[in-house]
Amino acid sequence: MSVLIEVDQLTKSFGPFIAVDNISFSLKRGEVLGFLGPNGAGKTTTMRMITGFLSPTEGNIKVCGNDVSKYPLQIKEKIGYVPEGAPLYGEMTVLNFLKFIAEVRKIPKESVDSAIANAVKKLGLELVLYQQLETLSKGYKRRVGLSQAIIHDPDVLILDEPTDGLDPNQKHEVRKLIKEMASTKAIIISTHILEEVDAVCTRAMIIAKGKMVVDKSPKELLVGAPKGSNLDDVFRNLTIGNNKVKN
Amino acid sequence: MNTILSITKREISGYFATPVAYVFIVIFLIMSGLFTFYMGGFYERGQADLTSFFEWHPWLYLFLIPAISMRLWAEERRNGTIELLMTLPISTSQAVIGKFIAAWLFTAISLMLTFPMWLTVNYLGEPDNGTIIASYLGSLLMAGGYLAIGSCISSLTKNQVIAFVVTIAVCFLFTVSGMPIVLNFFSSWTPQALLDTIASFSFISNFTDLTQGVIDIRNIIYFISLIMGALTLNVISINSKKGI
Repeated sequence: MSVLIEVDQLTKSFGPFIAVDNISFSLKRGEVLGFLGPNGAGKTTTMRMITGFLSPTEGNIKVCGNDVSKYPLQIKEKIGYVPEGAPLYGEMTVLNFLKFIAEVRKIPKESVDSAIANAVKKLGLELVLYQQLETLSKGYKRRVGLSQAIIHDPDVLILDEPTDGLDPNQKHEVRKLIKEMASTKAIIISTHILEEVDAVCTRAMIIAKGKMVVDKSPKELLVGAPKGSNLDDVFRNLTIGNNKVKN
Repeated sequence: MNTILSITKREISGYFATPVAYVFIVIFLIMSGLFTFYMGGFYERGQADLTSFFEWHPWLYLFLIPAISMRLWAEERRNGTIELLMTLPISTSQAVIGKFIAAWLFTAISLMLTFPMWLTVNYLGEPDNGTIIASYLGSLLMAGGYLAIGSCISSLTKNQVIAFVVTIAVCFLFTVSGMPIVLNFFSSWTPQALLDTIASFSFISNFTDLTQGVIDIRNIIYFISLIMGALTLNVISINSKKGI
């Protein structure tokens, strides 16, 4: 398994506020990393630095072996990213939006149609292809956001709360999709939903106040916790600082 | 190059997918007509030329162009789509140029739709069409100048109203810098060379030269370098926000 993401002593400060504090980890192909943490813990900031949207204050990030700060464009080609809230160009139709993404992502002309058809099928967008994005429900918007992230079949997928706003059936579908893709990609998901970590992630990383608290498999998280506790309890213990769980 | 084209295409279709384009074009045409006939005294002049049409363009652009440019970046920032755009394999300069070209093309379309004015004056007399072509070119270049400044300012804020107001203020300085009201203020205590420099930065004086039918390379270089300068600052401003 090859290492696709290497994050080395990553730090980001906004003025005096340290949003991400010295985080290091690496991710191999086939791994699904769940970023867990309370709001404001630094999950989104970390993801933004990996995708090249923000530049780190200190530390290095390598994606597919290349330094993000040195080869931003090459790296962006390899990443599929759903930003927080899955922002979209509201006035475009779903189809035109996907065509635009395919064009900018330099998908060869002859395979654009099949790439779009594939993404549309995987996320069940057939019925809304000609609708304007701003008229779609939250669930559909989120799925369009996901479809643009996978259209170029990237090696690395970074999903900031991909199931936020989806109903239970849609959540199930998206998790299934992530599992299907997992073997060929390195995936990072941020989420508040702990069951999601259990359902799709091979690794769970808990971040609190910019620092990495835990990096384990979801099952290991429960080891050593008091009998009868679930992931919720473990999460609360770790992030509130009342550390009852043995690391 | 293709990337720039894709961005331009997306932006242009964005204008026409919303009422923005139609409202702008209609208001632009109505106002340019009003200025020409009422304030410019098109008929009273008794001359078959479009001077009374073009002389109002700097003032028309001063208020209308910022309405186009204010959304270029501020809207992306407000909607969060900037995060989508800047994590696609697009360089900042490609995005800036693509968006600028789209806005410029759009003003070019609006400007082209004033062709009945040209037809009218040709019907009424025998104008110097060379002068009119030079004036249109000058007007387009000047619109580019306003747009580039507006685009740059739009990238500094996520608030479109702030972008609009600040753009008007900055463009106002560029517009009037060649006028006596400004030059008189400086003339008492600045050397003539500096005074000439200030005057040479004026949209109006550079534009007026072109509307007289003389396509002077200096005026063209002025507008082109102004556009390039503003867009360079635009790129720097967007890149610098990455580090914040």
